[in-house]
Parts: sequence; structure tokens; C-alpha cells
Amino acid sequence: MNSSGSLIRLSASALSAKLSSGDISSVEVTQAHLDRIAAVDGDLHAFLHVSANALDTAARVDASRRAGAALGPLAGMPIAIKDVLCTIDMPSTAGSKILEGWIPPYDATPVALVRRAGLIPLGKTNMDEFAMGSSTEHSAYGPTKNPWDFSRIPGGSGGGSAAAVSSFEAPLALGSDTGGSIRQPAAVTGSVGVKPTYGGVSRYGAIALASSLDQVGPVARTVLDVALLHDVIGGHDPRDSTSLRDEWPSFAEAAHVGARAESLKGLRIGVVKELDSPGFQPGVSQRFHEALEVLTAYGAEIVEVSAPHFEYSIAAYYVILPAEASSNLAKFDSVRFGLRVNPPGGGTVEDVMAATREAGFGPEVKRRIILGTYALSAGYYDAYYGSAQKVRTLIQRDFAAAFDIVDVLVSPAAPTTAFRFGEKIADPLAMYLNDVTTIPANLAGVPAMSLPIGLAPEDGLPVGFQIMAPARADARLYTLGATLERLLEDAWGHTLLSQAPELKVAI
Amino acid sequence: MATAKIMDYDAAIELFEPVLGFEVHVELNTQTKMFSDAPNPAARGNVPHEPNTTITPVDLGLPGSLPVVNEQAISYSISLGLALGCSIAPSSRFARKNYFYPDLAKNYQISQFDEPIAFEGMVEVELASGKTFQIEIERAHMEEDAGKLTHIGGATGRIQGAEYSLVDYNRAGVPLVEIVTKMIIGAEADAPELAKAYVSAIRDIVVSLGISEAKMERGNLRCDANISLRSRADVAFARASGAPLPLGTRTETKNVNSLRSAERAIRYEIQRQAAILYDGGTIIQETRHWHEDTGVTSAGRPKSDADDYRYFPEPDLLPVEPSLELIESLRAALPEAPAVRRRRLKNAWGFSDLEFQDVVNAGLLVEIEETVAAGASPAQARKWWTGEIARLANASSVDPSSLVSPKYVAELALLVELGSLTDRLARQVLEGVIAGEGSPAEVVESRGLAVVSDDTALIAAIDEALASQPDVLEKIREGKLQAAGAVIGAVMKALGGSADAARVRELVLERANA
Repeated sequence: MNSSGSLIRLSASALSAKLSSGDISSVEVTQAHLDRIAAVDGDLHAFLHVSANALDTAARVDASRRAGAALGPLAGMPIAIKDVLCTIDMPSTAGSKILEGWIPPYDATPVALVRRAGLIPLGKTNMDEFAMGSSTEHSAYGPTKNPWDFSRIPGGSGGGSAAAVSSFEAPLALGSDTGGSIRQPAAVTGSVGVKPTYGGVSRYGAIALASSLDQVGPVARTVLDVALLHDVIGGHDPRDSTSLRDEWPSFAEAAHVGARAESLKGLRIGVVKELDSPGFQPGVSQRFHEALEVLTAYGAEIVEVSAPHFEYSIAAYYVILPAEASSNLAKFDSVRFGLRVNPPGGGTVEDVMAATREAGFGPEVKRRIILGTYALSAGYYDAYYGSAQKVRTLIQRDFAAAFDIVDVLVSPAAPTTAFRFGEKIADPLAMYLNDVTTIPANLAGVPAMSLPIGLAPEDGLPVGFQIMAPARADARLYTLGATLERLLEDAWGHTLLSQAPELKVAI
Repeated sequence: MATAKIMDYDAAIELFEPVLGFEVHVELNTQTKMFSDAPNPAARGNVPHEPNTTITPVDLGLPGSLPVVNEQAISYSISLGLALGCSIAPSSRFARKNYFYPDLAKNYQISQFDEPIAFEGMVEVELASGKTFQIEIERAHMEEDAGKLTHIGGATGRIQGAEYSLVDYNRAGVPLVEIVTKMIIGAEADAPELAKAYVSAIRDIVVSLGISEAKMERGNLRCDANISLRSRADVAFARASGAPLPLGTRTETKNVNSLRSAERAIRYEIQRQAAILYDGGTIIQETRHWHEDTGVTSAGRPKSDADDYRYFPEPDLLPVEPSLELIESLRAALPEAPAVRRRRLKNAWGFSDLEFQDVVNAGLLVEIEETVAAGASPAQARKWWTGEIARLANASSVDPSSLVSPKYVAELALLVELGSLTDRLARQVLEGVIAGEGSPAEVVESRGLAVVSDDTALIAAIDEALASQPDVLEKIREGKLQAAGAVIGAVMKALGGSADAARVRELVLERANA
């Protein structure tokens, strides 16, 4: 493999060292990734749009580095951006036809922050329309494939970002997680993803799905890389009222602690009984319990804890999410931006709005708008939205009670490995159930990570391990995640993604 | 539009009892909008902008944009709540009111629903007769204004028949407080005047707080008037049988853009509804539009209690939780309530009911208060402002306060009281002041208008007058003091008015008794 081929295999932290030492330039790194995208993305379809400005931006970073500017650790590093995030120089469609070609007049705050830190946006990644889905099959622009097996889904909604990272198209990516849209794709592609504490990363400029659940977060191939990116995008934003004012510790530092110290001694790890289900895929459960054994062997204490209300989380989630989404998506009416469809023979503004929404929204979006509109209707509000909010409170109490006795909670990140295209598309409920492991963290606003712990014996596909921490204690994810990653890679003698099949390269 | 049948007002009131309710929207004059940092078109001193120029992505509801609450608007709303005698909620929440309309950028309005910032208050209003009403306030809540639609191509400028509509989002996001009264029963024949007095009271309050420009013609203050009628026979029957009192179907009249309109619109609706009910018809629950020019209301859209706005708590915003310190500091900073102030001034000035009502109706309270503060007596201050100054202002169709400052009016009044000016001279001095010739003292100086206070000149004039009326001194000595008037008049005439009549009188009497 040529030198640009080897560059793309490096982690962001390794590339960072080479960039700051002057061994390589950002232009070289960026070109290598653009070449990779050109070579594999035709089949993979992780990107909806590739930036025309990436090399120019990279050249500017190189110039300021040569001029002796003080640059952050990720300066010059390419990054893929989920299409849910507004970008001033690229279309931002959220995977929907209703926003086809729409270029926002502003950058989302996390995008502005990565630009300020000198990262190089490579393009916008594919996703289920408005982040509604677990497979990217609901993207209006066609699905993304799983780099491990093109007949399988890359997870969703952030399948594009996870596939881009795990296929070496980008070392880093931004995602958003409303019910698992960062963690489940990370799990099924063998990458690492974090949903930060709600309010830890600004939502300004993230096209809203469910405002009280949405959280922007980092995606990469290693725990340290995810931590480095989290350090860049986190922090208070006065433009997001739900953004926390906390001073955050360095998550990269937390990852370094995990990777070098005996951090497991005395750590109390809770296994959520309700998320260690006999109904999960056997290979998933097997790898999960093997990982627990590794952690025990190195001094962690494993405690089984119960979260009795988690069983209601999907029901509550599928009331709250559609309710908020039905309102958030009302703005897509053709009046100010986006698609406009005039009904045959013209009509009133209501007719134009209706025709636009009929043509511009896909079936899953319509399904959830109808669900949410119903749930908020007079006479049903208390029974649905009101009850769901009560369940949410109970789930938050379950977490609080669990964190009284343990430092972190763990579970498989998804009940199965990557399923096949079409397997669940006709059965929305089956698709929804795939998020059983990830949804509780969103309902409670707590941070959670998925990292790879091996391949399921029965299908040879990646299995994800989920770590959940108390709100504001995101650093614990990085310390434990980095420890587990190091122990497993030491045992394997390689990274998990090095086992992924070589992708067919377009000539 | 077809003219509706209406009943004579007195007949209508004889047959029906009016039940009122008001929703007044107050545009706050904060520098920026309720949820964005766009300039607020309703801010102090702002002039109308070109369409769609005071907008940000937030006001347009662009994907990804998020609202942030304007803290000044919160403080203003709390002050208003306190001034309305309301309790301030320690925690209140914004909610989304969901409905599709092109002037509503997000297709939901951020408002407050079941948790308003202020609730349970009371406003006292006073009618011209001096009768007072206690209007109970149900709530005052914060919300954002919508944009403005202009319908093009129709004959009437209304949506019916228009070919297309233009949307201006400048107003979208302007901070509003909506003040909702409880049901007002017992206004009876005073209902129209009560409407005017209530809106006027709200205007006085927001002006005294300085939180709104409060110009009704510019939409800073807007009143929706709810009105229903119930037949007196039905009420009497219900009372007699112990049944709950009936309530008629209400209409909500919008576009009431002046105090006068408030009065006329209520009167018209009472007459219109009475005519329908008298003929055995039913009132349709609907919004009605007031037409200032023709003095009638016309049907708007049907309004039902079952309108479903699918309210739910706004997840993009945190609850509003003002600290006790903030609430108490705003309470401490409240200006005196306009009604309380009026009572205080009336007592302090010793005006009769009629005199005081004149001052209030002429809108001259502040001027007189400042003139008294500058040293004039209340009676003099009232006399000048409601008399000569009001006359001159009226003649040139300007506001009295724009003619002369209270400080100069006080100076003028003092000169008169000291005897340096006669009333007649003072009016000339006032003309000079209004003409920009300087302070009253300067005008006296430059125009040479001072009263002749040199007794020698006066005595000479008196002697001359007595010479032509020799019997006067005799009459005075006989005790007919009024005879002095003829001499005083002659002296004043001789000196061109520049004499102090009282002094002349004194001198004449001295001469008679010498």
C-alpha cells in the first residue's frame, strides 16, 4: 500500500504527532482521505456531499503551522460531519428531500468549533432522514453500507459517520444521538462513539429531531481520538439555553489516565440486569461477558444492578420523540427555505404546504409526525406525553439509584450485530426495539460510550460495549473505555478494525 | 360588507346584561427580540424598517436555530405583573402553541400556557363619572409576536380574494406580554366606557413602567375584547330557581387600535348581539374585526374552545426561575400606581372632582405636577395649563406640553403672584416664551412688560381719574367701596394695563380716608 494508504490507517492522535512534528502536511493527510473517499465511497455511500474546500483549508492550516502559530492537537485533521449539522459552505439536508441543496447561512456551533480548532471538514455524511432510524435505510438519498459486510446496515441514524470512520475515509466524525444514533452505528461498525451529557455540547445548528433528547457527539476509531474531539466541541454556548455552564475537564487526559494507570482498582462497575437480556444475540452476550471478565481480572468490581423502569423506556421514548419531532418539523413548510411543491392547478398556502410535506418527507418521518401529533392532541396529552414524562422521571431515578452504588453502568451497546438491509424495514417496531440498550441514557441525559469488544463468533461482525456514567461525569467513560480498549488490544495483538475486510477500490 | 341590524343601545342594556373580558397584548420595548438578538422594532425610538431586515435565523425559524430568552423581557414582564398586583411565579415555563400559519416562522409560537409568569392580579379603573371598577386579572404571560402578512390583489386588502401574500418577519419575535382579565360582570351600561378606561389604565401602567412605547396606532398595545350578552329574564329566572347563572356565547373583537375604538367596538357589539338575540337568533362564537372607519365589526374566523394547539413545554428553553432578590428589587423600583398617584395628587392639590377630571382628561397630570414641583401653586398651575396653554395648543393642534416647559409656567405663575405681572401681561409673556424669546423674566425684560409698581406714577394717574369723577371719594367715605372700581378701571386704562389693580385699589382707598 502506498504512503497515502498508510496515512489513512493512522489514528487522529498518531496523525497529530506527525503533523506537529512536520513529518507530514495537512494537505497530504487531507488528500489521502479524499483519495480514499473517491476510491471507496461510490459503493459505500457514507458521504452525501464532499467538500470542495478541504484542500484549501488544509493549506491554510499548514501555512499557519509553518508561520509558527500555536495550534491545537487536532489542527489539520480531516473530519466528516453528519448532515444533521448546519454548515455554511455545504448543503445540510438531514438526509431529507425537503432540504435538498439547502445551504444554511451559518455553521452549527460544533462545526464552528472544529473549524476554529483547525480541523478540515471533508464533507457531510449520510443518515436516516431527520435522524429517524437505526439503519440509514430511511435516508432519502439511499442507504450507507456497513464496511464489514455490504449486505448489512451501518447502523443509524449516524451510519454515514460511523461507516466513514470505520472504512478509513476519515479519522474523525461528528454525530448526533437522540436514542443511540452515535452509539449503535459505532457498535455495528467497530468504531467508538460518545453521546455526551445532555447540555455538554451545543445543539445550536443541529437540525432538531427531539430537542430534549438530541445530543451532538464525537465518533472515531479510538477512545483517545473520541476524547480529543470531545474536548474541541464541548462547552457552554450562549446560543443554546440547555447548554451547561460547567467547566469540563480534559477528556483526552481522562483517556490517557485509562491507558496508562491501574485505573480499574476499586472501580465499581454496574451491569444493568434489564440490559443483559437472554433475548440478545448470543455472540453479543458472549463478548460482553468476556469483557466483564477482563475488567474483573484487572481489579474492577462487577455489581449487578436493577433498573426496573428501563423496560418502559422504548414506550416512553416513542411518545416523547415523535411529539417533539412533530413540532420541530412543522417549520418545513416551503415558505422560507427548502423544497416547494405547487399542487397541480395551484392552491392556497395550506395546499402548497401540504403538497410540499407530502412530497418532501419520507414514510418514517410521516409516521412519526402523525404519532407525535396524536400524542399531543387535546384529550390524549396526559395519557401519552404526560405519562411518558413520568416514565422519564422514573428512569432518571433508576440511574440515580444505580449511581449511588456504582461508578459506571455497562451493557451491550446493541442487542445484535449489524442486521441485513431490509430485515426490519417493513417492521418499524422491530427497528425501534433495536435501540433498547441506548435509549435510557438519552431519556436521563447521562453520557454514554460504545466501543468495540470483538467480533461475534456466529457472524464475525463487531460487538459494541456500552459504558454509561452519571451526568457531567463523561470523563469516566474515557478512563474506563481507554482501559478496556488497551487490555483487549493487548490481548488480541491488533485493533479490531484492522480485521475489517479490504474494501473494493474504484479505479 | 352588509350592515348588520343593531338595537338601540339603551334598549339593549334594558334587555341584556353584558359580560366582558379583555386580552391586551403589550409589545415590550427591549433593545432586542424575545428569543433572538435581532433589533426589536418595538424598541424605544425605533422607526419602521424595510421588510425582513430585522431578522436572524432564529426569527426565521431556520433549521438548527434555537431560542434564547431575553432577560430584560423577563424583568419587564415581572415589573408589569407586579404593577398589575399579580403574584409572580417562582417557576414558569414556556410552551409551544402549534398551528400552521405563514406568518409564524416555526409554525409554532413560543408562549406560556399553564404556567404564566404572573397571575391573579387587580387593576382599578376610574370612569369619567368618578365611579371606580376593580378589574380582576387572571394572568399575564410572555410570548413572541408573529410576522405580518400583506395580501395583494384582493379588493379589500384582506386574504379573501387576494392573489398572493407577502410576509414580513420583522415583527416575528417581538416580545409580548398578554394580560388576560377574568370575566367582568356588572359593568352594565358603562361597559363601553369601562373598556376604554381599562385599556387606558393598562397604557398608563406600562408607560409609567417605561416598558413599552404603548402607541396603540403602532400596535404596541392591542386589545382583543370578548363580549357576550345574557338576557336579564334568564338571569332573573336562574336566580329565582337557584340555577347557575347563564352565560351567552361570546365574540372576540380584534383590531381595536385606539381607546376610542375600544369604547365604540364594545358598544357596537352589544347592539349587534342584542339585535340577533332579540330576533331569536344565535351568536356565533368567532373572532370579529373592528373597522374604525365604518364603526362596525365583521366576522373573522370561527373560534372554538376545542381549538387544539397541542401545547407542550418548550424543550429548547429552561423554566424561568427569577430569584426572590430580583423580584423584590423590581418591586421596590415600581413607580407609584397610576390610580394611587391620581388619588394622592387630587388630595394634595385640593381640586374638586370636576377640576381634577378635567386635568386627567386633558392628559395634563404630569405637567401640573412638575409645575407645582417648580414652585407654582396647584391652582395657578391648573389655571395656566388647562386655560391659556391648552387654548393655544388647541389652536395650533399641538400637545400642550410641547409649547412650554413646566419650569417656565411656574416662573410665570410666580411673577403673577408677586404682583410683577398682571394676568393680561402674563399672557403676553407666555406668547413670548412660546415664541422662543427666552424665560419669562427675559421676555418681561426684553418686551418691557413689567407691572408699573412706582406709586408716584400710579398716584398721578389716580389724581387725574379722581379729577374727572369727583363724587367717587365721597361715595367711598360713605362706605360704598365698590365705587372705587370706576377709578381703578380708568387708571388701568390710562396705564395700558401695566398696573397692579390691587395696589391701585389700596391707593384709592388711602386717598379717600386721608
